[in-house]
Amino acid sequence: MNASTSAKPRALAVLFAPVFDNNPIALQILGICSALAVTANLKTALVMSVALTLVTAFSNLFISLLRRQIPGSIRMIVQVVIIASLVIVVDQVLRAVAFELAKQLSVFVGLIITNCIVMGRAEAFAMQNPPWQSFLDGIGNGLGYSALLVALGITRELFGSGTLIGFRVLPTVADGGWYLPNGLLLLPPSAFFLIGLFIWALRSWKPEQVESPAFRMAPQVREQEP
Amino acid sequence: MEHLLALFVRAVFVENMALAFFLGMCTFIAISKKVETAIGLGIAVMLVQTITVPVNNLIYTHVLREGALAWAGLPESDLAFLGLLTYIGVIAALVQILEMLLDRHVPALYNALGVFLPLITVNCAILGGTLFMVERDYDFAESAVYGLASGFSWALAIALLAGIREKLKYSDPPAGLAGLGITFITIGLMSLGFMSFAGIKL
Repeated sequence: MNASTSAKPRALAVLFAPVFDNNPIALQILGICSALAVTANLKTALVMSVALTLVTAFSNLFISLLRRQIPGSIRMIVQVVIIASLVIVVDQVLRAVAFELAKQLSVFVGLIITNCIVMGRAEAFAMQNPPWQSFLDGIGNGLGYSALLVALGITRELFGSGTLIGFRVLPTVADGGWYLPNGLLLLPPSAFFLIGLFIWALRSWKPEQVESPAFRMAPQVREQEP
Repeated sequence: MEHLLALFVRAVFVENMALAFFLGMCTFIAISKKVETAIGLGIAVMLVQTITVPVNNLIYTHVLREGALAWAGLPESDLAFLGLLTYIGVIAALVQILEMLLDRHVPALYNALGVFLPLITVNCAILGGTLFMVERDYDFAESAVYGLASGFSWALAIALLAGIREKLKYSDPPAGLAGLGITFITIGLMSLGFMSFAGIKL
């Protein structure tokens, strides 16, 4: 197979592999940090997903463009400065366009800087690959993150308060409807349970992602009856 | 004095960095397989947090805040938009300095912390602490207490999780849940436990 025919599938693979096969949250354990606190409703989850996808894509692009100029010993600082500058842009735009939303997200937009996905992809992918593929890798990882965030946001908002992006979907008992909202879903711990269950579902679907246990259980031994 | 104590207790138990705000989750999950390393990392985070939050507070109040540069003859300056870049720079620099100082003067602790020290720069709990300090407008004394307390809250959480995971590895969960999945559910249960502190009135 020559280079021109293999280039396209590779770009596609780079773009879509992180969504299910190599999900940044469920498999690489990256970027769980700031993500969960914003998933109590779908709107903040969506904004956070878009912000993170843009930052990852463009930081990958710029770092990849500069990868031959960055000296190895100070590459972390250079990466952090590039990422921080991009996050400042996103933060300022959010404050200008949607101030209420920016307030709800509070510190979590700023925390994209230390989100391990951005840093991790810059270090693992953008430092070795050409700009266009790095850009796609950034978008792909952003999408993988978004998929999980949006799934969590939908579950938590729909069953926690009966709404989606503020619109009433399930009429709650308090409003004279039939649905009794599950308050636990609005609290922080539910995000952990949901991610745990999500990982379980994903790994049942793709069994090659299952971790091998550190200790194998000895088979249950029973006394032989005489 | 009393309100500083209340701030400490609230930051450790009610607003636990790891279990209520999900900060520092990547390292929280990756480095909590052994109690010993978890405690080492916890102490390192506490140390860095105790230094960076007050330092960033000084920088914010004297340089970045709106009108803060009045002493330099620039009463209309507002550099708050540079905040993120400055804080992460300060954190990276302080971690580097701390690493060199420990290497030179306390080699035992330096060796115990090992690779975790440089990793602290990208720990969300550190930057998160600073951003919360800015958002809630703490003064210098409050930010010093808050730095210590939030660092301690993270250390406490990771030590507890490591203790549970050391026992958990002998358990036999369903295949898909092994490793990461069961860890998330454990953290969820711990977080639920810590929520019971929320009823405390201070």
